[in-house]
Amino acid sequence: FDVAVIRMNDPNSKVNTLSVRMQNEIIEVFNEVLANDAVQSAVLISSKPGCFIAGADINMIQACNTSEEVTKLSQEGQKMFERIEKSPKPIVAAINGSCLGGGLEFAIACQYRVATKSKKTVLGTPEVMLGLLPGAGGTQRLPKMVGIPGAFDMMLTGRNIKADKAKKMGLVHQLVDPLGPGLKSPEERTIEYLEEVAIQCARGIVHKKILLTKKKGMMQKVQDYVMGIAFVRQQIYKNVNGKVMKMSKGLYPAPLKIIESVKAGLEQGPDSGYLAEAQNFGKLAMTSESNALIGLYHGQVACKKNRFGVPERPVKNLAILGAGLMGAGIAQVTVDKGIHTVLKDTTVEGLSRGQQQVYKGLNDKIKKKAITSFERDSTLSSLTGQLDYSGFEKADMVIEAVFEDINIKHRVIKEVEAVIPPHCIFATNTSALPIKDIAAASMRPEKVIGMHYFSPVDKMQLLEIITTDKTSKDTTASAVAVGLKQGKVIIVVGDGPGFYTTRCLAPMLAEAVRVLQEGVNPKKLDALTTGFGFPVGAATLADEVGIDVAAHVAEDLGKAFGSRFGGGNVDVLKTMVERGFKGRKSGKGCYVYTPGLKSKDVNPDIDDLLEKFKLTPNPSVSSDSDVQYRLVSRFVNEAVMCLQEGILNGPVEGDIGAVFGLGFPPCLGGPFRFVDTFGADKLVAKMRRYEEVYGNHFTPCQLLLDHAKDSNKRFHK
Amino acid sequence: SQRMLKQTLFNLLKKTLAKPGVKNIVLVEGVRTPFLLSGTTYADLMPHDLARAALQGLLHKTSLPKDAVDYIIYGTVIQEVKTSNVAREASLGAGFSDKIPSHTVTMACISSNVAMTTGVGLITAGQCDTIVAGGVEFMSDVPIRHSRKMRKTMLALNRAKTLGQRLSLIGSIRMAHLTPELPAVAEFSTAETMGHSADRLAAAFGVTRLEQDEFALRSHTLAKQAQDAGLLSDVISFKVPGRDTVAKDNGIRPSSMEQLAKLKPAFIKPHGTVTAANSSFLTDGASAVLIMSEEKALAMGYKPKAYLRDFVFVSQDPKDQLLLGPAYGTPKVLARAGLTMDDIDVFEFHEAFAGQIMANLKALDSDWFAQTYMGRKVKVGAPAMEKFNLWGGSLSLGHPFGATGCRLVTTVAHRLLKEGGQYGLVAACAAGGQGHAMVIEAYPQ
Repeated sequence: FDVAVIRMNDPNSKVNTLSVRMQNEIIEVFNEVLANDAVQSAVLISSKPGCFIAGADINMIQACNTSEEVTKLSQEGQKMFERIEKSPKPIVAAINGSCLGGGLEFAIACQYRVATKSKKTVLGTPEVMLGLLPGAGGTQRLPKMVGIPGAFDMMLTGRNIKADKAKKMGLVHQLVDPLGPGLKSPEERTIEYLEEVAIQCARGIVHKKILLTKKKGMMQKVQDYVMGIAFVRQQIYKNVNGKVMKMSKGLYPAPLKIIESVKAGLEQGPDSGYLAEAQNFGKLAMTSESNALIGLYHGQVACKKNRFGVPERPVKNLAILGAGLMGAGIAQVTVDKGIHTVLKDTTVEGLSRGQQQVYKGLNDKIKKKAITSFERDSTLSSLTGQLDYSGFEKADMVIEAVFEDINIKHRVIKEVEAVIPPHCIFATNTSALPIKDIAAASMRPEKVIGMHYFSPVDKMQLLEIITTDKTSKDTTASAVAVGLKQGKVIIVVGDGPGFYTTRCLAPMLAEAVRVLQEGVNPKKLDALTTGFGFPVGAATLADEVGIDVAAHVAEDLGKAFGSRFGGGNVDVLKTMVERGFKGRKSGKGCYVYTPGLKSKDVNPDIDDLLEKFKLTPNPSVSSDSDVQYRLVSRFVNEAVMCLQEGILNGPVEGDIGAVFGLGFPPCLGGPFRFVDTFGADKLVAKMRRYEEVYGNHFTPCQLLLDHAKDSNKRFHK
Repeated sequence: SQRMLKQTLFNLLKKTLAKPGVKNIVLVEGVRTPFLLSGTTYADLMPHDLARAALQGLLHKTSLPKDAVDYIIYGTVIQEVKTSNVAREASLGAGFSDKIPSHTVTMACISSNVAMTTGVGLITAGQCDTIVAGGVEFMSDVPIRHSRKMRKTMLALNRAKTLGQRLSLIGSIRMAHLTPELPAVAEFSTAETMGHSADRLAAAFGVTRLEQDEFALRSHTLAKQAQDAGLLSDVISFKVPGRDTVAKDNGIRPSSMEQLAKLKPAFIKPHGTVTAANSSFLTDGASAVLIMSEEKALAMGYKPKAYLRDFVFVSQDPKDQLLLGPAYGTPKVLARAGLTMDDIDVFEFHEAFAGQIMANLKALDSDWFAQTYMGRKVKVGAPAMEKFNLWGGSLSLGHPFGATGCRLVTTVAHRLLKEGGQYGLVAACAAGGQGHAMVIEAYPQ
């Protein structure tokens, strides 16, 4: 037994995480390896299929109360990995499945890395997405291993790196192919095979057949030389800093701290580097941004579960009505999940466009090497495009994505119910029409449910599912199950005009129109919203959603909720639609869109249009900051009201829906976390000021007032 | 001898596999050209030349009248575009009557198996009585194409009407247009080369490098013994135009375990186990068999060599089970014929890779595999090695893709005659995750 095999397997979890307990056990085993003279080398491997180490235990960090405590945690991790790195006996990390965060830092402290080419094998440092940094030596080791630009790319984007890319980058030394059926299950045998190969490597290192110091190629030498020039490094820091500031508007502290830590190590030596890393890690863990991002992470995990249980029968045949952008998008995310998908439209042109969209979506994945052309073809064999209702007798679920008109929806529901089997669910994809109004035309309202997708369906993660009083629990369970298969993050909300997401967006857009009328131009409006942390500015968002849709929604919800939803004049939107400014899809909206061009100019015709509807701004509520809070407070107040009225199941779903569906600033963690962090009392104070000028548009709802009165009341514990 | 007597008694007790109402179909004769490493003596030929040689050899050996054949079928894998229906070109060139229709089939390494079973089908359906089936592969020359871009430009050039159009098309040619397109060595559906898949298969079944090298050495050793003993009587001698007469396979090279151990892995580096020496090599060669209804054969005065009985084609996942055809085909064909592994006296499995053979044997011998992947209650067991590929196999004799099937069937017939057994079994894997197995019954002598 010259090679010790260390197999990691957390009995209490599906994945391995670096908890305090696991760290202690590793140190214990490592000491044994060092003490045993017969052992010359070791292999570190996980017994869990699909997971090496998924990262550090987040709860361990969240349990800390001060940045000093977190810094100490970081330093303990650093110390442990330093011992691994300096081990006189070579340690080979054998990686199958996710090797992320602290897991990656562990692996790169080992002398050698072997990884499987499994699709599940991903390496990366996702800490930045939680508002943190790689705090166990990652910021110090990665630049040396993959070069400064590569290390910044990894740590600042947090993206997952597949095995073959990792090999090219120099992150792993050797790759192992996943195995198929043999005398054991493929998963089990693949891990065994990985272990066998890793043991060979460990022996190879001991017997000097594998050299750890690789001969440097010409390119490498040149790169090393260039990076050795202090001036070049300074330029890189400056460049990266500039990019980060541009992307994050300075709202996210983690990327800057990552750059700072890397810089400290490279410019002032390892001692300063490790210290900077540990201290910055401690500081970041105490920021509201990190707290918000971690909250979103937990929320996302929660919204990837089906709290309605397992549906009575799984959906195997899904029919989609309408091959427009939405319908085809839904087909695109369904057809590759083992569900036979029918895409129905009324015209050959409409259908062809939709089929092409699905084809293109899959074809683009080939270009990114995510799938092969063969996989594209076999996936497309599950898609049937048609103009009639043939085969609908086999459908388990129908999702309609036809035009947003109650009469058309009623006609469709009647037509469909005449041909579908009794168990079939009828889901309607609408962004504002109340589901109970649509269900009024149904013979079996318990099978009717709303499934509100966001455009573009293949990119937007959120799915808002809407249930009426009559929707059965099994129908809901089935809709959630389909959504989860489609890879969606799901919130399930109650019925009502605009449900949750559209209802929150409408008052903010009404406010945005007012701001435009008050003479703020679209570019400025966008800058104010993105400056607050929205990924897309309000004017651009309106163009993306479609000015006609926005007008439609504003009018509908205006009728439903009355003057409270006022603000800007709906006629601004209506006039824009009349003049053909429907947003991006028509080439003109607030901006002018030139195909092939990324940059866009403000639509010159909009000036005189806004001039016609001009309002005089009140200087007491028109500073940049006030404009921002006017937009945001109306959004947030409406969200809280949805919770108050029971439209929302809880603040977690409210935050997830707002961030993933509407782009509410992730650094604020969603409207509910924002209220907790900002202070309900402070928000109410602001709203009262605006209320004085604009009236009931800014009247805080009761639940928000309750929270303002009692600072102990919080949406999140 | 006593063994022969025992075997004869035993055979008497065994049932024949003839089925009421189904015609008996017999193998009258089988021949092949010597199988040569590609790029050697056959290098300047074309595929139909090799097929022609095999057909003429068959005619010569059987004294078959040139117009007595109803249909000719050939199998091939890499097609020479000039002779895409190589069966027709070869039969015309071999002097068969131009009134005999012929067609070409393709199913990777079991192409000539398909040629034979197509013939069996035509006889069973009462359409034909006399069939020549065969296979050919010529790896010394393969179609290398211009790039798609270049082809598109050239085709457009054909249609161009004015000088200006032509010049602008010629002007559009870039360096990238000139990169040639080689025939894919990889599976189309998975983009994985066969050797890579074989290495993964060996690893999946825990087949060691040592086991593979031992099996490769066995194949070469047995092939050499068979060649020296004159057992490979299906090989005809062939006067190659412009070259010498060839009469022997040239890829048989018994080596030593030490020599074999020196080779580096050919596909998965550095830890793979499949090497050039424990894989079959690129081969040129052709084969041909004469298949007839028993009635017709007897009426024409032939003494058939064997009955062709039940056969199956199987297919499975082309990614992870690419080369497991024999493991799936064997139990299935045995069940069809109502036989067990013990009933079989002669096994001839196509040896694509030593690792692939060992993996198939392990799969056949595993209850878990039988239950998990084949829907069987128990395994059928692995063939006894003392009955298995005793005259060498594709690893040593060579493997001209399209021609190997006929070699396997002919070898079973010859071994049954030589060894006195009653039943033989042929099994082979093929690209695309497919496979074939056939039961062959000795013709009473």
